[in-house]
Amino acid sequence: MICDHDVLVLGAGLAGMRAALEAARNGADVAIVTKVHPVRSHSNAAQGGINAALGEGDTWESHAFDTVKGSDYLADQDAVEIMCSEAPRDIVEFEHMGVIFYRGPDGKLGTRAFGGASQARTYFVGDITGQALLVTLYDQILKAGVRVYEEWFATTLLIMDGSCRGLVALEMLTGELHLLRSKAVIDAAGGLGRVFEPSTNALICTGDGYALAYRAGAPLMDMEMVQYHPTTLAGSGFLMTEAARGEGAYLLDRDGKRFLEKYAPSKMELAARDVISRAETTEIAEGHGIDGNVLLDCRHLGAEKILKRLPQIHEMALDYLGIDIIKEPCPVRPGMHYQMGGVKTDSNGATSVPGLYAAGEVACVSVHGGNRLGANSLLDTIVFGRRSGKASVEYARNVVALQGGEELLRAEQQRINDLLGRPYTGETHARLRLELATMMDQKCGVYRDEAGLEEALQKVLELRKRYERVAVGDKGRVFNQALEFVLELDYMLDCAEAIVRSAIVRKESRGAQARTDYPDRNDAQWLKHVLVTYRPGAQPVISYLPVTITQWKPEVRTY
Amino acid sequence: MQFTIEVGRYNPEGTYAPQAARVESYPPPWNASPPRHVQTYTVELPEHAVVLDALIAIREYQDESLAVRCACRSAICGSCAMWINGHANLACKSKLSEFTENGKTRVECPPSMPVIRDLIWDMGPFFAKHRNVRPWLEQKQPVPGPLEEYRVANESMEELIQEVSCISCGACLMDCESYAVNANFLGPQALAQAYRYAADPRDEITNERLRSYSESGGVWDCTHCYECVAQCPKNVAPLEQILKLRKMAVDAGFTNNAGTRHADAFANSVKHSGRLNELTLMPKSLGFNIVEQLRSIPSAINMMRAGKLPPLIHPVIPGIERIRTIFQRVGGRFK
Repeated sequence: MICDHDVLVLGAGLAGMRAALEAARNGADVAIVTKVHPVRSHSNAAQGGINAALGEGDTWESHAFDTVKGSDYLADQDAVEIMCSEAPRDIVEFEHMGVIFYRGPDGKLGTRAFGGASQARTYFVGDITGQALLVTLYDQILKAGVRVYEEWFATTLLIMDGSCRGLVALEMLTGELHLLRSKAVIDAAGGLGRVFEPSTNALICTGDGYALAYRAGAPLMDMEMVQYHPTTLAGSGFLMTEAARGEGAYLLDRDGKRFLEKYAPSKMELAARDVISRAETTEIAEGHGIDGNVLLDCRHLGAEKILKRLPQIHEMALDYLGIDIIKEPCPVRPGMHYQMGGVKTDSNGATSVPGLYAAGEVACVSVHGGNRLGANSLLDTIVFGRRSGKASVEYARNVVALQGGEELLRAEQQRINDLLGRPYTGETHARLRLELATMMDQKCGVYRDEAGLEEALQKVLELRKRYERVAVGDKGRVFNQALEFVLELDYMLDCAEAIVRSAIVRKESRGAQARTDYPDRNDAQWLKHVLVTYRPGAQPVISYLPVTITQWKPEVRTY
Repeated sequence: MQFTIEVGRYNPEGTYAPQAARVESYPPPWNASPPRHVQTYTVELPEHAVVLDALIAIREYQDESLAVRCACRSAICGSCAMWINGHANLACKSKLSEFTENGKTRVECPPSMPVIRDLIWDMGPFFAKHRNVRPWLEQKQPVPGPLEEYRVANESMEELIQEVSCISCGACLMDCESYAVNANFLGPQALAQAYRYAADPRDEITNERLRSYSESGGVWDCTHCYECVAQCPKNVAPLEQILKLRKMAVDAGFTNNAGTRHADAFANSVKHSGRLNELTLMPKSLGFNIVEQLRSIPSAINMMRAGKLPPLIHPVIPGIERIRTIFQRVGGRFK
């Protein structure tokens, strides 16, 4: 089947649906392509809240400074200024759409404290903020009547005459490949957590959007900046929201001591995430943990506050560890959580490929730099989702619809047929993915060094070769998930290579990149972005871009 | 620990992996549904593992042709609702150790849902119901300015967290007794969302909503079986929201419907004679509707033939005054 639209949005999380809604409001014929139903998107896992300087006495400049400092000065300050100054309007708009935000006694929006912030400016709905935003936005998409191609998996972008003109997607229900043509594409396909094992991310976070844009020629920026969240549940690795610490929970070592006084004496449990994750890793390595974990202690918050403000993590600890956080501290450890880097865009979401826009976790504007502050990711999705939706429509107005693209559809069909025809050699997507992801966690985790990263690169290249022998263990057409997983693994290998190559070249420690062989931040040489550009059949090209500094000169970062 | 999993499998194309050869045919009540078979797998997993862990382990290391939807693994995304030992549940929230019966755990698509492949069912009808309750805010006028929120009490927002916690997994609809015999019923999930918007103080069209939710297929089609409350993995308790909607609708005056008449007939009969007059319940519920009244005659004849017709004489029980006192004390519509 061949379909034409003005704008196609890949992904139906917060960024994707916000972009689609904005495009629809601006009169475009917009459609969403998503590999899962919109409400299954991983935005629903964001628990704690969303930041904005909306309260009295708070200023967007203060929010912006906290964000820049949190980023270890790697964020582009012009982009941060846009995000933080537009945040209040976007939050209020979501309130008007129907999000049931927490209120203060005066009936106005109320806040909670969050890590790395100088003010309590995190707006929230219990500990299901992401879900509350996602379902409200989904309902808005229904109201606006936006077309959604549900459970369609994108296999490649359509590039014609150097600009992005749509994509090819596999309809899971029928196993058919379709060509979807458009004047512009917004890549909002989300994160890449599955490149790491363990990770807080869902099984669907396989880096599709990074690889699709990368293969289409758009550079990936700051990919070495992989966030480890300080509190993921022991064993399963599920996220235990930062809101727990925002509400006052402690992090304790095996002797019940709040060890952060050594690392972040003034902010303690509310320091930036990279700082706390390193502190925990150090404590655990020095033998002050319990079975590779530290303890998250919520007991002093009291049953009422826990059940009202943190019901989901209360339920999770109970379900998966049998621990009641009202009565016992809960073992947690740092776990891979978020990719700060991504497809390089300007502040309107435009990538270097004309017609290709990106927003949300997959994009790197860059507002998070070396380390994202908690509750800034939801904000990133709605601000830059909206901006890219608007910009893509303006771009599409001056573009003439093209015919063609059938040869790409045929080539993709051939590629899929070849994949399905591969004989079984013993290599499976699951084994390869697990090997890749556990290796990434070990060599490219909280602490890194040259030797480990070089080993990681060799391993990725070896896995890339072995990937050619992975067979698809299901030959059917209807919901052939094995085929989808094999295609996803291809994407993950691209992501892993970009992450490792970027981590190797950045010879300093900044934000989430903590190099034991280069323990200090080096502003003289490394106050710059690292970009990786794909070259067919050759090694990717590494290049650099200066960081945009507007108001805030880099300073020593302490909490 | 070793676990045995029985998976109800269906594949419209019949393309199973070679190792999927060992099959047995499906027992009733599946006779009417597409041909399926049971396949048994054994997996080695830690003691605290959940059903989804087993399904993923099977799909990754034993049989790549096993189809199952899943994403978050932590009861947030709502992908993996299925029948586990004959009741709706999330696979990621169900511990294998708790769901092992006679040495095995059985998972399958429920008979109430159209199966696509293996454990994947067509969610189209489910989401269509959601769409049909107008699940969005029709903003109360005047809308505050772009930097101003609606001023509402925190309690009125917290009251709705329970419904917003819904992850659209479909477990409630899977086991809904009313939906099983009446595909038009909006069902527990959609009606819980209906309440979420009807009870939002920022919504402009509460009355319009209550009118439409009172129509056929709406709140009065629920039979109070409590399956949705029992199966909901997020404690949304849809039935409770349906009861709240009924009260709101009746209070707003939407009483000209079979549901309200049925409830009224029920209460009036008990108030009058201390027990239910089943003979008049049906005609009273149908109201002044000659066609519907005539349509019920064949049933009445059948009941008479089977000796199931309620007694024609309906005596008042002794001590009726005390029952009427209860009605007085409770107050409300039946005082």
